[in-house]
Amino acid sequence: MREQIRRVLSEHARLPVDVATLGDDDDLFRAGMTSHASVNVMLALEDTFDIEFPEAKLRKATFESVSAIEAALIELRSVSA
Amino acid sequence: MILTRGEMREVVAKIADEYALPNADDVDRQARFPIEAIDGLKSAGVLSALVPPELGGLGATLSEAGDSIAVLSRRCSSSAMILAMHHLQVACLAAHGNNGVLRTYLADVADRQLLLASATTEVGVGGQLRTSRCALEASGGRFRLEKQAGVISYGAHADAVLATCRSGPDAAPSDQVLVLCVPPGLELEQTTEWDTLGFRGTCSPGFALRAEGEIDQVLTDPFGDIAGRTMLPVSHVLWAFVWLGLASAALTKARNYIQGEARKNPGSSPAGAPRLAELAVVHQQLESLVRMSAQRFDQRADGEDQSMGFALSFNSLKVAASTLLVDIVTRALGICGMAGYSQTSPFSMGRLLRDAHGAALMVNNDRILGDNAQLLLIYKES
Repeated sequence: MREQIRRVLSEHARLPVDVATLGDDDDLFRAGMTSHASVNVMLALEDTFDIEFPEAKLRKATFESVSAIEAALIELRSVSA
Repeated sequence: MILTRGEMREVVAKIADEYALPNADDVDRQARFPIEAIDGLKSAGVLSALVPPELGGLGATLSEAGDSIAVLSRRCSSSAMILAMHHLQVACLAAHGNNGVLRTYLADVADRQLLLASATTEVGVGGQLRTSRCALEASGGRFRLEKQAGVISYGAHADAVLATCRSGPDAAPSDQVLVLCVPPGLELEQTTEWDTLGFRGTCSPGFALRAEGEIDQVLTDPFGDIAGRTMLPVSHVLWAFVWLGLASAALTKARNYIQGEARKNPGSSPAGAPRLAELAVVHQQLESLVRMSAQRFDQRADGEDQSMGFALSFNSLKVAASTLLVDIVTRALGICGMAGYSQTSPFSMGRLLRDAHGAALMVNNDRILGDNAQLLLIYKES
């Protein structure tokens, strides 16, 4: 799952650095992801994992690191399962 | 000094009548700082309206602060805009300046009635709030900053400037902090002229800013949080109160004009009377929108200010209020006719109309609609 998340980030987060250089817990916003780019990341994640982020998850904290995104995806999958 | 929040509206109304109104046309004509009104606000203690009570301020709500801004704006919208922008800086400091140095400074704002300005724009970046080129250079508990600010409203008259910048020389353009720059560690060199159609008294040219100071002058939250939770919603609300005051001034002129016509011919309704009734409808839309938005901010639940719905709502307020304002002043001009078109009649709409057109341009509505368009691609609540 982390590899898929990283692929989405490398295509849509428009980071000034290579995603591979970031750790799972590194802050993506500090690394240069803008809020505009985070919207595209969210859309791509919804498409890749065939899920929808509910309103309660549409917060900066959900998308601030690879681990945070993974935790949100796992939670959403367990709810829909 | 003002004793209570409850007295603020009345005190500001008096300052507006005695100091702002008699100088408003001269401030506009010469594009000069409204020193009389701002000194009046200082001596009454109004500049600490949003400073928390435990630091010597009034601890006013946004609704209360906004109400007094609208009262002032009826007389001089440049004075009101300066007060609104000052309150905005205080709100950011109060909510996100959580260390001893910044708390002490806020107490100083209340005690000495200091006027705070803002340097968020940057040459080469334009009005993109969430992008900076310049960077904080920190070492040994001190910082240095150099910024080419495209605009610093009333920069030459402010006691301090809050500036955005990247958090360090290696930081990404969106990784920003907000830093309080104060003399003697603050130097401003004016780089451009301010000669605009409206809001001429805000005196907002560009400046080269050079600052140094203690590292604790950097606000304690990342600028992204400050912008989303405080700077954007508070600025949209307080600016909207400036526009409400302008709209009320236009409505009052139109009403006075129609009432004068009615007195000349009792028994027959003036031709423009239905237009005045329509104008009152639009004015009420604006007033309801502005007051409701201020209440929403004042009554926000914990964490609500980080939600997408919150951002959408205050962005929409800005677009709606600035559009309604131009509509209102244009309708008022139509009602007053040639008397409104005149630059010298008591019904002159000139300054109001020129100021009104600034509302959609300062933080351009197209930029805000673009932000909302992006958010609406994923927003789920209705």
